[in-house]
Amino acid sequence: MAMRGLTMGGALDFTPEVFGAVLYIVLAVAMAVAVLGLVQIATRCFGKRLGIDATKRGKYEPYECGVPLLGSARERYAIRFYLVALFFVLFDIEVVFLLPYAVAYKTLGREGFFEVLAFVAVLAVGLLYILKRRALEWD
Amino acid sequence: MGWELYVLKAVAVLLIFGGVLSVVPFLVFFERKISAFIQDRVGPNRVGLAGPDSLLEAFGFRKGTRRVLGGWLQPLADVIKLFTKEALIPAHADRPLYLLAPLFAVLPPLLAFVVIPVGQDIVVSSGVLVKLQVADLHVGILFVLAVASLSAYGLAFGGWASNSKFPLLGGVRAMAQMVSYEVGMVLVILALVMSYDSVSLRDMVSRQAAGGTLLGIWDCDGDWIWGWGLFHQPLAFVLFAICALAENNRLPFDLPECESELVGGYHTEYSSMGFGMFFQGEYIAMMAMGGLLATMFLGGWHYPGYAWLNASDSLLVHLLAALIGLAVFGVKMLGFVFFAMWVRWTLPRFRWDQLMRVGWKGIIPLALANLVLTAALNLPAPAPAHEKPDRNLTAVTRDR
Repeated sequence: MAMRGLTMGGALDFTPEVFGAVLYIVLAVAMAVAVLGLVQIATRCFGKRLGIDATKRGKYEPYECGVPLLGSARERYAIRFYLVALFFVLFDIEVVFLLPYAVAYKTLGREGFFEVLAFVAVLAVGLLYILKRRALEWD
Repeated sequence: MGWELYVLKAVAVLLIFGGVLSVVPFLVFFERKISAFIQDRVGPNRVGLAGPDSLLEAFGFRKGTRRVLGGWLQPLADVIKLFTKEALIPAHADRPLYLLAPLFAVLPPLLAFVVIPVGQDIVVSSGVLVKLQVADLHVGILFVLAVASLSAYGLAFGGWASNSKFPLLGGVRAMAQMVSYEVGMVLVILALVMSYDSVSLRDMVSRQAAGGTLLGIWDCDGDWIWGWGLFHQPLAFVLFAICALAENNRLPFDLPECESELVGGYHTEYSSMGFGMFFQGEYIAMMAMGGLLATMFLGGWHYPGYAWLNASDSLLVHLLAALIGLAVFGVKMLGFVFFAMWVRWTLPRFRWDQLMRVGWKGIIPLALANLVLTAALNLPAPAPAHEKPDRNLTAVTRDR
């Protein structure tokens, strides 16, 4: 019965569930690519006949509230955005470490709980430090 | 035996996929109608068929233009309009990323529906069981987390690749905002994983339908609604709803695309279906968040009387029960979407520093505390005579 079309070391049979997921993902990607491709191709093919004039450069300029373009859009932006991204990496790793605990916390019992408590406490101190250094203040 | 299961699964997949996509244009219409209602306007009421405008007119209580479904065909008109627009690429855009961004905006929320169960299992005959779900993957909620966070790329690519100032600001803001609230959201979800003892969204719904001791504090039976996660993780419910709004860039968290200062943010330079995809992505994301909220907190497809209906032997009653479940799930999911719209047209926008403060000083510490509390309350009672019991822990686990 099982078409073993999608196997990963024999662990993953091509069950109806996997089939459903693959079918859904293929459908979704195909729909999005088809729609976006269609409008692009239609614009390329029929644009001229429908009166689209590619020589009118103004239309293809970036939006600038109607005034002539001033400077590059590759602007520098606040360093705090970079800090936020760094904090995200730190805290997301924390979450990744907590995930196995969340799944197995009942078997780990109280010892596991206190160990995780220590882990969370270290990170809480880190968060406090971030806040204390005003790294997340935007002023 | 076997291939029928694949056919039935294909039908379920097509129905869910088609259902999600066909609801989106109507959500746009409803958003316009609801905003009009909130602001005491009429809203779109033109595009429709000839005939009476409303029930009042249909039954002769009010005279007016003869128009059936006034405005109800607006979504169709919008779709046609978007498809017939010129798909222009700005002169200085980074073409590959510019074309890729709408895909990243629409696909992640769409793929979240892979693991969301929209209805109960239907036992057609012994052994043939149809799950009203695209795929019951073992990883469950982890799949959603893995996929949904990709949508930040869509906004970042769109903002950067347009090579325009307003989209750049919108893209940078979108990234910072989405990563900030994602940490909190995942922490909230971890607490739920602990409560339900499973990462599978199906198991979560069946745990809520079955009732029992979810938080270690009080037992409940699943007949009425007391098994729902809302009553066992109230703090998580509130935090998740806030994070859901923030992840979807909905007001009051819509700084990446605030019209009044960024002209639409990351999708300013998009036209035609490129813009349409961003728009669609936003509404599908709202539905996906609503679906997750309904699944994790509001019992999914569970409703009072579900066990009673399913106790019947008749296949017809069984199908009816499944159908009611499907409708109940839809109402819960769209209820959140309505809530998001209601909030959008009621509250003003946050300032950027307020947004960051809510995320890092409010949501994350609270979600961490909720996680630790959940673990403490749910820990199994220590084995007798194993070691000296800890005073604090016995206090909270005494009931078990």
